[in-house]
Amino acid sequence: MTEATPQLDTFPMERERAFDPPDLLTHWREEAPIRPLTFADGHEGWIVTGYAPARAILADSRFSSRPELMHSPIPERSARLQSFIVPPGFFIRMDEPEHTRYRRLLTGQFTVRRMRLLEPRIEEITRDHLDAMERQGPPADLVRDFALPIPSLVICELLGVPYDDREKFQRDSAVLLRLGSSVDQITAAMADLLTYLHDLVMRKMKEPADDLLSGLIAGGELTDRELAGIGLLLLVAGHETTANMLALGTFALLSNPPQMAALRRDPTLIQNAVEELLRYLSIVHLGPIRTALEDVEIDGHLIRTGQSVLLALTAANRDPGRFEGADTLDVSRSAQGHLAFGHGIHQCLGQQLARVEMRIGYPALLARFPGLALAVPADQVPMRTDMAIYGVHRLPVTW
Amino acid sequence: MKINADTDRCIGAGMCALSLPEVFDQSEEDGTVVVLDPEPPDSMKTGVTRAVNLCPSGALSVEE
Ligand code: HEM
Ligand code: SF4
Repeated sequence: MTEATPQLDTFPMERERAFDPPDLLTHWREEAPIRPLTFADGHEGWIVTGYAPARAILADSRFSSRPELMHSPIPERSARLQSFIVPPGFFIRMDEPEHTRYRRLLTGQFTVRRMRLLEPRIEEITRDHLDAMERQGPPADLVRDFALPIPSLVICELLGVPYDDREKFQRDSAVLLRLGSSVDQITAAMADLLTYLHDLVMRKMKEPADDLLSGLIAGGELTDRELAGIGLLLLVAGHETTANMLALGTFALLSNPPQMAALRRDPTLIQNAVEELLRYLSIVHLGPIRTALEDVEIDGHLIRTGQSVLLALTAANRDPGRFEGADTLDVSRSAQGHLAFGHGIHQCLGQQLARVEMRIGYPALLARFPGLALAVPADQVPMRTDMAIYGVHRLPVTW
Repeated sequence: MKINADTDRCIGAGMCALSLPEVFDQSEEDGTVVVLDPEPPDSMKTGVTRAVNLCPSGALSVEE
Protein backbone atom coordinates (compact mmCIF):
# COMPACT_ATOMS: atom_id res chain seq x y z
CA MET A 1 0.00 0.00 0.00
CA THR A 2 1.36 3.42 -0.83
CA GLU A 3 0.47 6.67 0.74
CA ALA A 4 0.27 9.84 -1.28
CA THR A 5 3.05 12.10 -0.13
CA PRO A 6 2.10 15.76 -0.19
CA GLN A 7 3.63 17.60 -3.12
CA LEU A 8 6.25 19.94 -1.69
CA ASP A 9 7.12 22.84 -3.93
CA THR A 10 10.82 23.57 -3.80
CA PHE A 11 12.76 26.30 -5.57
CA PRO A 12 14.23 25.35 -8.98
CA MET A 13 17.79 26.45 -9.88
CA GLU A 14 18.35 24.45 -13.09
CA ARG A 15 17.16 26.07 -16.29
CA GLU A 16 15.75 24.78 -19.55
CA ARG A 17 17.27 27.65 -21.58
CA ALA A 18 20.37 29.70 -20.81
CA PHE A 19 18.71 33.13 -20.64
CA ASP A 20 15.25 32.33 -19.33
CA PRO A 21 14.22 31.74 -15.73
CA PRO A 22 13.35 28.12 -14.89
CA ASP A 23 10.03 27.24 -16.60
CA LEU A 24 8.53 26.31 -13.26
CA LEU A 25 8.91 29.91 -12.02
CA THR A 26 7.14 31.21 -15.12
CA HIS A 27 4.40 28.66 -14.58
CA TRP A 28 4.03 29.73 -10.97
CA ARG A 29 3.80 33.39 -11.93
CA GLU A 30 1.01 32.58 -14.38
CA GLU A 31 -0.78 30.52 -11.76
CA ALA A 32 -0.28 32.67 -8.65
CA PRO A 33 2.30 35.47 -8.41
CA ILE A 34 2.54 34.77 -4.72
CA ARG A 35 2.33 31.18 -3.43
CA PRO A 36 3.60 28.93 -0.64
CA LEU A 37 7.12 27.53 -0.93
CA THR A 38 8.85 24.90 1.14
CA PHE A 39 12.34 26.00 2.11
CA ALA A 40 15.28 23.60 2.49
CA ASP A 41 14.81 23.14 6.24
CA GLY A 42 11.11 22.38 5.81
CA HIS A 43 10.00 25.93 6.66
CA GLU A 44 6.69 26.83 5.06
CA GLY A 45 7.21 30.24 3.50
CA TRP A 46 6.34 32.02 0.29
CA ILE A 47 7.67 32.72 -3.17
CA VAL A 48 6.77 35.84 -5.13
CA THR A 49 7.12 35.72 -8.91
CA GLY A 50 4.95 38.71 -9.91
CA TYR A 51 6.40 42.18 -10.41
CA ALA A 52 3.92 44.21 -8.35
CA PRO A 53 4.01 42.13 -5.14
CA ALA A 54 7.79 41.70 -5.36
CA ARG A 55 8.27 45.44 -5.59
CA ALA A 56 5.79 46.07 -2.79
CA ILE A 57 7.47 43.64 -0.39
CA LEU A 58 10.97 44.96 -1.15
CA ALA A 59 9.76 48.46 -0.22
CA ASP A 60 7.99 47.31 2.97
CA SER A 61 9.81 47.84 6.26
CA ARG A 62 7.73 45.09 7.89
CA PHE A 63 10.05 42.66 6.12
CA SER A 64 13.56 42.04 7.44
CA SER A 65 16.90 41.25 5.78
CA ARG A 66 18.43 39.70 8.89
CA PRO A 67 19.93 36.27 8.21
CA GLU A 68 19.09 34.74 11.58
CA LEU A 69 15.38 35.17 10.78
CA MET A 70 15.79 33.88 7.26
CA HIS A 71 15.24 30.50 5.64
CA SER A 72 16.85 29.47 2.37
CA PRO A 73 15.62 27.17 -0.41
CA ILE A 74 19.20 25.84 -0.82
CA PRO A 75 20.18 23.17 1.75
CA GLU A 76 23.81 24.29 2.13
CA ARG A 77 22.76 27.91 2.61
CA SER A 78 20.01 26.99 4.98
CA ALA A 79 22.46 25.16 7.22
CA ARG A 80 24.63 28.22 7.27
CA LEU A 81 22.03 30.81 8.17
CA GLN A 82 21.55 29.68 11.74
CA SER A 83 25.23 30.08 12.49
CA PHE A 84 25.80 33.19 10.38
CA ILE A 85 26.91 36.12 12.47
CA VAL A 86 26.64 39.39 10.58
CA PRO A 87 30.04 41.08 10.68
CA PRO A 88 29.91 44.72 11.83
CA GLY A 89 29.46 46.93 8.77
CA PHE A 90 27.89 44.18 6.61
CA PHE A 91 24.78 46.29 6.13
CA ILE A 92 23.13 44.29 3.32
CA ARG A 93 21.99 41.93 6.10
CA MET A 94 20.76 44.66 8.50
CA ASP A 95 17.46 46.49 8.93
CA GLU A 96 16.77 50.13 9.74
CA PRO A 97 18.17 51.96 11.64
CA GLU A 98 21.53 50.09 11.68
CA HIS A 99 21.41 49.78 7.90
CA THR A 100 20.69 53.47 7.44
CA ARG A 101 23.71 54.57 9.40
CA TYR A 102 26.16 52.62 7.25
CA ARG A 103 24.44 53.30 3.98
CA ARG A 104 24.46 57.05 4.71
CA LEU A 105 28.19 57.02 5.21
CA LEU A 106 28.65 55.48 1.76
CA THR A 107 26.02 56.90 -0.58
CA GLY A 108 27.97 60.11 -1.11
CA GLN A 109 30.75 58.01 -2.63
CA PHE A 110 28.44 56.29 -5.14
CA THR A 111 26.36 59.14 -6.58
CA VAL A 112 25.62 59.40 -10.27
CA ARG A 113 28.04 62.32 -10.48
CA ARG A 114 30.86 60.57 -8.60
CA MET A 115 30.61 57.55 -10.83
CA ARG A 116 30.76 59.69 -13.97
CA LEU A 117 34.08 61.07 -12.73
CA LEU A 118 35.43 57.53 -12.95
CA GLU A 119 34.57 57.23 -16.64
CA PRO A 120 38.00 58.15 -18.08
CA ARG A 121 39.79 55.66 -15.86
CA ILE A 122 37.26 52.91 -16.62
CA GLU A 123 37.66 53.62 -20.34
CA GLU A 124 41.41 53.30 -19.97
CA ILE A 125 41.17 50.02 -18.06
CA THR A 126 38.76 48.68 -20.68
CA ARG A 127 41.08 49.72 -23.52
CA ASP A 128 44.07 48.05 -21.84
CA HIS A 129 42.22 44.76 -21.58
CA LEU A 130 40.99 44.90 -25.16
CA ASP A 131 44.56 45.66 -26.30
CA ALA A 132 45.82 42.63 -24.42
CA MET A 133 43.13 40.42 -25.97
CA GLU A 134 44.01 41.67 -29.42
CA ARG A 135 47.75 41.14 -28.89
CA GLN A 136 47.19 37.62 -27.72
CA GLY A 137 44.85 36.83 -30.60
CA PRO A 138 41.77 34.60 -30.66
CA PRO A 139 40.36 32.56 -29.09
CA ALA A 140 39.96 34.23 -25.71
CA ASP A 141 37.93 33.51 -22.61
CA LEU A 142 35.86 36.66 -22.28
CA VAL A 143 35.35 36.08 -18.56
CA ARG A 144 39.05 35.74 -17.71
CA ASP A 145 40.33 38.36 -20.14
CA PHE A 146 37.64 41.04 -20.02
CA ALA A 147 34.51 40.65 -17.92
CA LEU A 148 36.10 39.74 -14.59
CA PRO A 149 39.31 41.82 -14.56
CA ILE A 150 37.70 45.15 -15.49
CA PRO A 151 35.19 45.47 -12.62
CA SER A 152 37.70 43.83 -10.25
CA LEU A 153 40.35 46.39 -11.02
CA VAL A 154 37.82 49.23 -10.80
CA ILE A 155 36.49 48.23 -7.37
CA CYS A 156 40.02 47.58 -6.10
CA GLU A 157 41.17 51.04 -7.13
CA LEU A 158 38.05 52.65 -5.73
CA LEU A 159 38.34 50.91 -2.36
CA GLY A 160 42.12 50.94 -2.20
CA VAL A 161 42.55 47.16 -2.24
CA PRO A 162 45.80 45.99 -3.94
CA TYR A 163 44.77 44.32 -7.22
CA ASP A 164 47.79 42.02 -6.92
CA ASP A 165 45.98 40.25 -4.09
CA ARG A 166 43.10 39.33 -6.40
CA GLU A 167 43.81 35.62 -6.63
CA LYS A 168 43.22 35.35 -2.94
CA PHE A 169 40.00 37.31 -2.64
CA GLN A 170 38.56 36.04 -5.92
CA ARG A 171 39.02 32.49 -4.65
CA ASP A 172 37.37 33.29 -1.33
CA SER A 173 34.49 35.20 -2.87
CA ALA A 174 33.85 32.30 -5.29
CA VAL A 175 33.50 30.04 -2.23
CA LEU A 176 30.96 32.47 -0.74
CA LEU A 177 28.92 32.53 -3.94
CA ARG A 178 29.06 28.77 -4.70
CA LEU A 179 25.73 27.33 -3.62
CA GLY A 180 27.25 23.96 -2.80
CA SER A 181 29.95 25.30 -0.46
CA SER A 182 29.78 23.69 2.97
CA VAL A 183 29.21 25.71 6.13
CA ASP A 184 32.84 25.13 7.10
CA GLN A 185 34.14 26.32 3.73
CA ILE A 186 32.01 29.44 3.88
CA THR A 187 32.95 30.23 7.47
CA ALA A 188 36.64 29.83 6.59
CA ALA A 189 36.40 31.99 3.45
CA MET A 190 34.52 34.70 5.30
CA ALA A 191 37.01 34.72 8.18
CA ASP A 192 39.87 34.77 5.69
CA LEU A 193 38.48 37.75 3.80
CA LEU A 194 37.68 39.64 6.98
CA THR A 195 41.20 39.12 8.29
CA TYR A 196 42.62 40.25 4.97
CA LEU A 197 40.50 43.40 4.95
CA HIS A 198 41.13 44.09 8.60
CA ASP A 199 44.90 43.97 8.00
CA LEU A 200 44.42 46.31 5.06
CA VAL A 201 42.39 48.76 7.17
CA MET A 202 45.07 48.74 9.88
CA ARG A 203 47.72 49.50 7.26
CA LYS A 204 45.66 52.35 5.84
CA MET A 205 45.17 53.83 9.29
CA LYS A 206 48.93 54.31 9.36
CA GLU A 207 49.37 55.21 5.71
CA PRO A 208 46.22 56.75 4.26
CA ALA A 209 45.89 57.02 0.49
CA ASP A 210 43.41 58.60 -1.88
CA ASP A 211 40.76 55.87 -1.75
CA LEU A 212 37.36 55.07 -0.26
CA LEU A 213 38.58 53.07 2.73
CA SER A 214 41.07 55.79 3.69
CA GLY A 215 38.28 58.35 3.32
CA LEU A 216 36.03 56.37 5.65
CA ILE A 217 38.86 56.05 8.15
CA ALA A 218 39.41 59.81 8.05
CA GLY A 219 35.69 60.34 8.64
CA GLY A 220 36.30 58.85 12.07
CA GLU A 221 32.84 57.35 12.55
CA LEU A 222 33.66 53.70 12.01
CA THR A 223 35.67 51.16 13.96
CA ASP A 224 38.33 49.02 12.32
CA ARG A 225 36.01 46.00 12.39
CA GLU A 226 33.16 47.94 10.80
CA LEU A 227 35.53 49.13 8.10
CA ALA A 228 36.62 45.56 7.37
CA GLY A 229 32.96 44.45 7.10
CA ILE A 230 32.11 47.28 4.72
CA GLY A 231 35.22 46.51 2.68
CA LEU A 232 34.21 42.86 2.47
CA LEU A 233 30.70 43.69 1.28
CA LEU A 234 31.86 46.17 -1.35
CA LEU A 235 34.66 43.96 -2.62
CA VAL A 236 32.50 40.86 -3.08
CA ALA A 237 29.42 42.73 -4.34
CA GLY A 238 31.52 44.91 -6.61
CA HIS A 239 33.36 42.47 -8.78
CA GLU A 240 31.33 39.32 -9.32
CA THR A 241 28.14 41.14 -10.25
CA THR A 242 29.19 43.47 -13.06
CA ALA A 243 31.57 40.76 -14.27
CA ASN A 244 28.68 38.38 -14.79
CA MET A 245 26.56 41.02 -16.49
CA LEU A 246 29.36 41.83 -18.93
CA ALA A 247 29.94 38.19 -19.89
CA LEU A 248 26.33 36.94 -19.83
CA GLY A 249 25.15 40.10 -21.60
CA THR A 250 27.66 39.56 -24.39
CA PHE A 251 26.56 35.92 -24.67
CA ALA A 252 22.92 37.05 -24.89
CA LEU A 253 23.73 39.56 -27.64
CA LEU A 254 25.76 36.97 -29.57
CA SER A 255 22.76 34.65 -29.33
CA ASN A 256 20.36 37.35 -30.59
CA PRO A 257 21.94 38.59 -33.84
CA PRO A 258 19.20 41.12 -34.68
CA GLN A 259 19.60 42.73 -31.23
CA MET A 260 23.38 42.72 -31.59
CA ALA A 261 23.02 44.31 -35.05
CA ALA A 262 20.63 46.96 -33.72
CA LEU A 263 23.09 47.94 -30.98
CA ARG A 264 26.03 48.02 -33.39
CA ARG A 265 24.03 50.14 -35.84
CA ASP A 266 22.88 52.66 -33.24
CA PRO A 267 25.29 53.10 -30.31
CA THR A 268 22.92 55.61 -28.69
CA LEU A 269 20.80 52.59 -27.72
CA ILE A 270 23.38 51.63 -25.10
CA GLN A 271 21.58 53.18 -22.13
CA ASN A 272 18.38 51.30 -22.92
CA ALA A 273 20.34 48.18 -23.82
CA VAL A 274 22.06 48.12 -20.41
CA GLU A 275 18.73 48.38 -18.54
CA GLU A 276 17.16 45.79 -20.81
CA LEU A 277 20.04 43.34 -20.33
CA LEU A 278 19.78 43.86 -16.57
CA ARG A 279 16.05 43.13 -16.71
CA TYR A 280 16.20 40.25 -19.17
CA LEU A 281 19.09 38.47 -17.46
CA SER A 282 18.39 39.32 -13.78
CA ILE A 283 21.63 37.73 -12.58
CA VAL A 284 20.62 37.81 -8.90
CA HIS A 285 18.64 34.62 -9.48
CA LEU A 286 18.24 33.40 -5.90
CA GLY A 287 16.21 35.84 -3.91
CA PRO A 288 16.57 38.32 -2.29
CA ILE A 289 14.81 36.75 0.70
CA ARG A 290 12.93 38.70 3.38
CA THR A 291 11.22 37.61 6.59
CA ALA A 292 7.99 39.08 7.96
CA LEU A 293 8.43 40.92 11.28
CA GLU A 294 4.67 40.99 11.76
CA ASP A 295 1.61 39.50 10.05
CA VAL A 296 1.22 41.13 6.64
CA GLU A 297 -1.55 40.68 4.13
CA ILE A 298 -0.53 40.87 0.47
CA ASP A 299 -2.99 40.29 -2.36
CA GLY A 300 -5.27 38.29 -0.10
CA HIS A 301 -2.50 36.11 1.32
CA LEU A 302 -1.61 36.28 4.98
CA ILE A 303 2.14 36.20 5.49
CA ARG A 304 2.68 35.40 9.15
CA THR A 305 5.35 36.75 11.46
CA GLY A 306 8.52 34.75 10.96
CA GLN A 307 7.69 33.48 7.49
CA SER A 308 10.35 33.92 4.83
CA VAL A 309 9.48 35.23 1.38
CA LEU A 310 11.67 34.61 -1.64
CA LEU A 311 11.40 37.42 -4.18
CA ALA A 312 12.16 35.75 -7.52
CA LEU A 313 13.60 38.71 -9.44
CA THR A 314 14.18 36.60 -12.56
CA ALA A 315 10.46 35.88 -12.85
CA ALA A 316 9.28 39.32 -11.67
CA ASN A 317 11.37 41.04 -14.32
CA ARG A 318 9.64 38.87 -16.95
CA ASP A 319 6.14 39.74 -15.78
CA PRO A 320 4.11 40.56 -18.91
CA GLY A 321 1.82 42.66 -16.71
CA ARG A 322 4.70 45.11 -16.32
CA PHE A 323 6.86 44.61 -19.43
CA GLU A 324 5.23 43.99 -22.78
CA GLY A 325 6.71 40.99 -24.57
CA ALA A 326 8.68 40.39 -21.39
CA ASP A 327 10.38 37.22 -22.61
CA THR A 328 11.87 38.99 -25.62
CA LEU A 329 15.21 40.79 -25.45
CA ASP A 330 14.58 44.22 -26.96
CA VAL A 331 17.49 46.64 -26.55
CA SER A 332 15.41 49.56 -27.77
CA ARG A 333 12.73 49.32 -25.07
CA SER A 334 12.77 51.35 -21.89
CA ALA A 335 13.18 48.73 -19.17
CA GLN A 336 13.34 51.33 -16.41
CA GLY A 337 11.70 50.17 -13.23
CA HIS A 338 13.15 46.66 -13.48
CA LEU A 339 14.08 44.99 -10.22
CA ALA A 340 17.54 43.68 -11.18
CA PHE A 341 19.14 45.98 -8.59
CA GLY A 342 16.42 45.23 -6.06
CA HIS A 343 14.07 47.86 -4.63
CA GLY A 344 13.51 49.56 -1.29
CA ILE A 345 16.21 50.61 1.13
CA HIS A 346 18.64 47.88 0.04
CA GLN A 347 18.48 48.78 -3.64
CA CYS A 348 21.99 48.28 -4.98
CA LEU A 349 24.48 50.83 -3.69
CA GLY A 350 26.82 50.16 -6.61
CA GLN A 351 24.25 50.43 -9.38
CA GLN A 352 25.55 53.68 -10.82
CA LEU A 353 29.04 52.21 -10.93
CA ALA A 354 27.75 49.04 -12.61
CA ARG A 355 25.90 51.17 -15.17
CA VAL A 356 29.02 53.15 -16.05
CA GLU A 357 31.07 49.94 -16.37
CA MET A 358 28.50 48.35 -18.69
CA ARG A 359 27.88 51.49 -20.74
CA ILE A 360 31.59 51.62 -21.42
CA GLY A 361 32.31 47.89 -21.57
CA TYR A 362 29.81 46.55 -24.12
CA PRO A 363 30.30 49.23 -26.81
CA ALA A 364 34.08 49.13 -26.49
CA LEU A 365 34.09 45.35 -26.92
CA LEU A 366 31.76 45.43 -29.92
CA ALA A 367 33.65 48.25 -31.57
CA ARG A 368 37.01 46.55 -31.13
CA PHE A 369 35.90 43.18 -32.53
CA PRO A 370 33.36 43.63 -35.34
CA GLY A 371 33.50 39.88 -35.98
CA LEU A 372 33.06 38.80 -32.35
CA ALA A 373 31.60 35.27 -32.19
CA LEU A 374 31.35 32.29 -29.87
CA ALA A 375 34.27 29.90 -30.23
CA VAL A 376 32.19 26.91 -29.06
CA PRO A 377 28.59 25.85 -29.70
CA ALA A 378 26.24 27.83 -27.46
CA ASP A 379 25.11 24.72 -25.57
CA GLN A 380 28.68 24.09 -24.45
CA VAL A 381 29.01 27.35 -22.56
CA PRO A 382 29.14 26.41 -18.85
CA MET A 383 26.34 28.27 -17.04
CA ARG A 384 26.51 29.39 -13.41
CA THR A 385 23.40 27.58 -12.17
CA ASP A 386 25.55 26.50 -9.21
CA MET A 387 26.35 30.05 -8.06
CA ALA A 388 24.37 32.72 -6.16
CA ILE A 389 25.01 35.14 -9.04
CA TYR A 390 24.05 33.80 -12.47
CA GLY A 391 26.25 34.10 -15.54
CA VAL A 392 28.81 32.01 -17.39
CA HIS A 393 31.86 30.32 -15.91
CA ARG A 394 33.73 30.78 -19.18
CA LEU A 395 32.86 32.37 -22.52
CA PRO A 396 35.19 31.22 -25.31
CA VAL A 397 35.07 33.81 -28.09
CA THR A 398 36.84 34.44 -31.36
CA TRP A 399 36.88 37.34 -33.86
CA MET B 1 3.29 70.87 -9.28
CA LYS B 2 5.47 70.86 -6.18
CA ILE B 3 8.04 68.22 -5.35
CA ASN B 4 8.61 67.09 -1.76
CA ALA B 5 11.75 65.17 -0.87
CA ASP B 6 12.22 63.43 2.44
CA THR B 7 15.99 63.25 2.86
CA ASP B 8 15.59 61.09 5.96
CA ARG B 9 14.03 58.35 3.88
CA CYS B 10 16.34 58.81 0.88
CA ILE B 11 18.98 56.08 0.52
CA GLY B 12 20.96 57.85 -2.19
CA ALA B 13 20.24 55.30 -4.90
CA GLY B 14 20.42 58.05 -7.49
CA MET B 15 17.50 56.90 -9.63
CA CYS B 16 16.04 60.41 -9.57
CA ALA B 17 19.30 62.12 -10.56
CA LEU B 18 19.84 59.54 -13.27
CA SER B 19 16.40 59.80 -14.82
CA LEU B 20 15.80 63.56 -14.50
CA PRO B 21 19.06 65.47 -13.93
CA GLU B 22 17.34 68.79 -14.71
CA VAL B 23 15.35 68.49 -11.50
CA PHE B 24 17.25 66.14 -9.20
CA ASP B 25 20.83 65.97 -8.01
CA GLN B 26 22.54 64.25 -5.09
CA SER B 27 24.40 65.94 -2.28
CA GLU B 28 28.18 65.70 -2.44
CA GLU B 29 28.26 64.89 1.22
CA ASP B 30 25.89 62.01 1.84
CA GLY B 31 24.45 61.30 -1.60
CA THR B 32 20.88 62.14 -0.59
CA VAL B 33 18.55 63.88 -2.99
CA VAL B 34 18.84 67.59 -3.75
CA VAL B 35 15.85 69.02 -5.57
CA LEU B 36 17.21 71.60 -8.00
CA ASP B 37 13.81 72.74 -9.14
CA PRO B 38 11.07 72.10 -6.53
CA GLU B 39 8.36 73.56 -8.76
CA PRO B 40 9.14 72.44 -12.29
CA PRO B 41 6.90 73.46 -15.20
CA ASP B 42 3.95 71.21 -16.02
CA SER B 43 5.68 70.21 -19.24
CA MET B 44 8.02 68.09 -17.10
CA LYS B 45 5.22 66.21 -15.44
CA THR B 46 5.85 62.86 -17.16
CA GLY B 47 9.52 62.96 -16.28
CA VAL B 48 8.86 63.93 -12.69
CA THR B 49 6.23 61.20 -12.26
CA ARG B 50 8.66 58.65 -13.68
CA ALA B 51 11.43 59.75 -11.31
CA VAL B 52 9.09 59.63 -8.32
CA ASN B 53 7.99 56.11 -9.25
CA LEU B 54 11.56 54.94 -9.74
CA CYS B 55 12.67 56.08 -6.31
CA PRO B 56 13.23 52.87 -4.30
CA SER B 57 12.81 54.41 -0.84
CA GLY B 58 9.60 56.36 -1.28
CA ALA B 59 11.42 59.61 -0.47
CA LEU B 60 9.78 61.61 -3.25
CA SER B 61 6.23 62.84 -3.65
CA VAL B 62 4.42 65.40 -5.79
CA GLU B 63 1.72 67.86 -4.81
CA GLU B 64 -0.54 69.14 -7.54
C1 HEM C 1 25.20 44.57 -12.57
C2 HEM C 1 25.70 44.50 -11.41
C3 HEM C 1 24.95 44.40 -10.10
C4 HEM C 1 23.74 43.81 -9.80
C5 HEM C 1 22.79 43.09 -10.75
C6 HEM C 1 23.51 44.04 -8.39
C7 HEM C 1 22.37 43.62 -7.71
C8 HEM C 1 22.08 43.95 -6.40
C9 HEM C 1 20.84 43.63 -5.71
C10 HEM C 1 19.65 42.88 -6.31
C11 HEM C 1 20.91 44.13 -4.44
C12 HEM C 1 19.82 44.09 -3.36
C13 HEM C 1 19.99 42.95 -2.42
C14 HEM C 1 18.87 42.86 -1.41
O1 HEM C 1 17.86 43.54 -1.53
O2 HEM C 1 19.01 42.09 -0.44
C15 HEM C 1 22.22 44.75 -4.32
C16 HEM C 1 22.68 45.36 -3.17
C17 HEM C 1 23.98 45.83 -3.04
N1 HEM C 1 24.94 45.95 -4.03
FE1 HEM C 1 24.72 45.44 -5.96
N2 HEM C 1 24.56 44.74 -7.87
C18 HEM C 1 25.46 44.98 -8.87
C19 HEM C 1 26.65 45.66 -8.78
C20 HEM C 1 27.19 46.16 -7.62
C21 HEM C 1 28.46 46.85 -7.52
C22 HEM C 1 29.38 47.17 -8.69
C23 HEM C 1 28.64 47.14 -6.22
C24 HEM C 1 29.85 47.82 -5.67
C25 HEM C 1 29.97 48.81 -5.02
C26 HEM C 1 27.48 46.67 -5.49
C27 HEM C 1 27.26 46.79 -4.12
C28 HEM C 1 26.08 46.49 -3.47
C29 HEM C 1 25.85 46.74 -2.06
C30 HEM C 1 26.83 47.34 -1.08
C31 HEM C 1 24.54 46.32 -1.79
C32 HEM C 1 23.81 46.38 -0.45
C33 HEM C 1 23.00 47.64 -0.39
C34 HEM C 1 22.20 47.78 0.88
O3 HEM C 1 21.97 46.79 1.58
O4 HEM C 1 21.78 48.91 1.18
N3 HEM C 1 26.62 46.07 -6.38
N4 HEM C 1 22.90 44.64 -5.52
S1 SF4 D 1 15.83 58.01 -6.16
FE1 SF4 D 1 14.95 58.25 -4.10
S2 SF4 D 1 16.39 57.23 -2.78
FE2 SF4 D 1 17.44 57.56 -4.71
S3 SF4 D 1 18.54 59.49 -4.46
FE3 SF4 D 1 16.59 59.96 -5.39
S4 SF4 D 1 15.24 60.40 -3.66
FE4 SF4 D 1 17.00 59.38 -2.81
